[in-house]
Amino acid sequence: MPDLLIEIGCEEIPARMIDGAREELARRISDLLQRERLSAASQNGASSFSTPRRLAVLVQNIQSQQPDIQEQLVGPATKIAYKDGKPTAAAEAFARKAGIDVSRLEKVTNPKGEYIAATVTRKGRSASEIISESLPKELNALYWAKNMYWRAGKPERFVRPVRWIVGLLDGQVLPLEYAGVKADSKSRGHRILSAGEIRISKAADYDRDLRSRSVVANPSERLERIRKALDAAARTVPGTRWREDGELLNTVVNLTEFPGVVLGTFDRAFLSLPEEVLVTVMRDHQKYFAVEDSSGKLAPHFLAVLNTDGDRDGVIRHGNERVLRARFNDAQFFWNADQKIPLTQRVEMLRAVTFQKDLGSYWTKTERVRQLSATLAQELKQQGRQVSLPTTDEAARLAKTDLTTELVKEFTELQGVVGGLYARAQGHTQAVADAIYDHYRPESAVDTIPRSIEGALVSLSDKADSVCGMFALGLQPSGSKDPFALRRQANGIVRILAEHNLPLRTSQMCAASLALYKAAPELKDKLRELDKAPEALAAFFRERLDFYMREVRAIAYDVVNAVLSADSNNVPDALSRAEAVARIRPTPDFLAISTAFKRIKNILRQARESGKQWPQDFNSPALTEEAEQTLGSRVIKAAEQVESLRKEKRYGDALSQIAQLRPYVDTFFDKVMVMVEDEKVRANRLALLATMQRSFSTIADFSEIVTEKAAGC
Amino acid sequence: MLQQPYDVEVGAGTMAPETFLRVLGPKSYRTAYLQPSRRPADGRYGENPNRLYKHTQLQVILKPPPDDVQELYLRSLEAIGIDLRKHDIKFEEDNWESPTLGAWGIGWQVMLDGLEITQFTYFQQCGGIDLDPISAELTYGLERLAAFLQDVDSIYDIVWSRAADGSSVTYGDVRLAEELQLSVYNFEAADVQKAWQHLQLYESECKALLDGYAALKKKEAESPEESAIRRFPVLGAFDLCLKCSHLFNILDARGAISVTERVGVIARIRALAVGVAKAYLDQQQANAREAAA
Repeated sequence: MPDLLIEIGCEEIPARMIDGAREELARRISDLLQRERLSAASQNGASSFSTPRRLAVLVQNIQSQQPDIQEQLVGPATKIAYKDGKPTAAAEAFARKAGIDVSRLEKVTNPKGEYIAATVTRKGRSASEIISESLPKELNALYWAKNMYWRAGKPERFVRPVRWIVGLLDGQVLPLEYAGVKADSKSRGHRILSAGEIRISKAADYDRDLRSRSVVANPSERLERIRKALDAAARTVPGTRWREDGELLNTVVNLTEFPGVVLGTFDRAFLSLPEEVLVTVMRDHQKYFAVEDSSGKLAPHFLAVLNTDGDRDGVIRHGNERVLRARFNDAQFFWNADQKIPLTQRVEMLRAVTFQKDLGSYWTKTERVRQLSATLAQELKQQGRQVSLPTTDEAARLAKTDLTTELVKEFTELQGVVGGLYARAQGHTQAVADAIYDHYRPESAVDTIPRSIEGALVSLSDKADSVCGMFALGLQPSGSKDPFALRRQANGIVRILAEHNLPLRTSQMCAASLALYKAAPELKDKLRELDKAPEALAAFFRERLDFYMREVRAIAYDVVNAVLSADSNNVPDALSRAEAVARIRPTPDFLAISTAFKRIKNILRQARESGKQWPQDFNSPALTEEAEQTLGSRVIKAAEQVESLRKEKRYGDALSQIAQLRPYVDTFFDKVMVMVEDEKVRANRLALLATMQRSFSTIADFSEIVTEKAAGC
Repeated sequence: MLQQPYDVEVGAGTMAPETFLRVLGPKSYRTAYLQPSRRPADGRYGENPNRLYKHTQLQVILKPPPDDVQELYLRSLEAIGIDLRKHDIKFEEDNWESPTLGAWGIGWQVMLDGLEITQFTYFQQCGGIDLDPISAELTYGLERLAAFLQDVDSIYDIVWSRAADGSSVTYGDVRLAEELQLSVYNFEAADVQKAWQHLQLYESECKALLDGYAALKKKEAESPEESAIRRFPVLGAFDLCLKCSHLFNILDARGAISVTERVGVIARIRALAVGVAKAYLDQQQANAREAAA
């Protein structure tokens, strides 16, 4: 069976897009082959290759032809097709159309009656024809974060201009054309090391053929080569190793076709610059790996990954060293220049730095963040937490000032970090410096949170200010659109509250933040969604907390629902309630109670829908049956206990109290009919159930708990 | 077309009419020119070995780009003495965008042994107008290339010329004073009030011209008079727009533009650039019609 090879030769594809595009192309080709019955469904997919200049897919043993299909065509009714047992003109015409002899017509009966039919064989089309016809559509549909036009008349868009296409099936060139490029058997070698064309004679030899022209087409193989080369280069300096960096590795794998590594050296004097700055320059700007000594301290070396086979004369090393020296000199220059204006004097300069075009400058943001963090700090203090108000305020005041520094203008990813480093260098306390340093954290799900409470408060206030401001403008995220990364910021807020165990209510935090926006007269006309913001924010934060509990803490979704239905505003509290619910959940009493609560919820809903009314509290003496009297008195006692346990945050104990009601609830539902004719009796019983629902849903809404029976439905 | 540098201040070779205007419309065009590029905020008083207020670009426009544009580019490096076999060259994603010009493109920064030597852009839009055909724009940073070729750490140490007796004149000898004095001017001395006034004067004249062109178009619709269109000074309006852009950069370096003003001023200059681009394209089409008739 034949092998299929497709290679799309392209001008350099952005490194960040290559992996996704390679996988998508392989998937699209596999799907196409299966859809068109050209490969078995059981087939283990395709092998795929990629370099900056090519995406390739190899599928072995596909069908060269679609299998033929037998198809039954239904014609006119038998009574029209035959007259006196002889075929009529209508039958003749049908047979001709179906391409068979009249004698081979069949009869079929369906609910409408008897008809004539013809079984015909539909010839399978060739793989070559199908692939050549369908592939251009698949290529047009490939997702690119950013694509471009290049041909006059703008017929298609692709990530970069397509320059050649290899399309081979069973050693034959496919009649395939895309973007004005006709498929051929000729690929291209490495741009510099082996420029020019190379004929691929057999699809299965693709990998080997390209290797002979200095192209390693398999990205995992390039990764291995790079790792080994990094190891080898680092070994030339005794006692050092290269600093592992998965993201950077992935980038350099996708920037090279034939990777090599050189070790370079820089002047030891630069080690006086903070490590953060040095590593950022090396990693983010030059894509170099940092080298460290056995204690993990930065060594005056770097490793550059090249797209060539070596550096015999040392000119590449020399060039890279020169560039890094210039970069470090810049950083040094910026560092020194920045010290001339201390952070305290930079606060005023924030008036000229835009926070958001409608929300004004970072100066006004700073003022809001100071006030918000002070409010939050007071709140924590009242709750007995150790927190320094002056540290919080000083850190909030200076947090954004590094945006005016040359170093941050040059290395934006170091915002916050630079502020922290400068604060320390300029004699601020370590606590203030750390809080500034950390206040953008966590920047991702794997990033750490601010180390201190003060850092956490500045971070929370900064993020809440951004999120609330955007919501007030009506710029909340929708679907996959979240240009201001508000979800990430809100996730950060939730994580900080959870992991620092801060009982600050998100609704209050948002209300305080929105109040600060409301107090700014110049923003009055711009905050069009200010009134709707509290509700939208509540839903948004509930969603973020829900995400955190399920995805990060791996709490069962029904427990999360139950807990958040009771209250979703206090993050650590929601977590302790969830923990208590999860612990008691497997017990039979609890499951039974959950089922009972579902029943209560249904009864009350139906009663409400049919217009029944009941008082707020039930009247104990008016309960008539023994079962309801017992339950009534138990409920009153339990409600008191649950409330006091809840106040002490002894959620486990409170839940056991509720679970212990089970026998009384069961007996009640066994013996007592709620929806009786007598209006007074009925209303009193409904009031009893409503009281239970109200008093026992403050920790979690048990009706949300999926009991096994319900789960089975 | 080998062109001379444009003699109005620009922040980049892209803003010279040989790029900004020539990339518009259907006509094929190829040009190369040097362009001193002034960026007031980048000035460093001549103290930083790698940064300049005014640097020199070699700007190349290929419209439409030939299929082997990358190979041609690499050969241009060999032509100035870079043996690519001995170096490491990479094309790394770098897209370019200029909100003031309503222009953007897709491309790379070309890295030679870790040094960015060229910005390689496939222009997609200019003056708010979708380009068809597109152009390839190659912007070579000449100071960087020269420092690389001469293997010096500071731009100021580049040997500009060497006399027969072996004595040499450096980049610093030629330009250091200019870097220092214009940094002082842009950061400290430029009269903010006057710069604002200049900006307003240039803007209003540019706008008046664009309005004039629109009025002429309207009149022409009633009684065709193509020659009036052909001689209309759209190019003059463009010079005025460039003046505005440079004044904006000076005010920006001076720290004179507040946050609230900033967005607005950029939008004003963009409106001029977009207006000029539209008028230019329209004028080209009118000229083509006239030539055909």
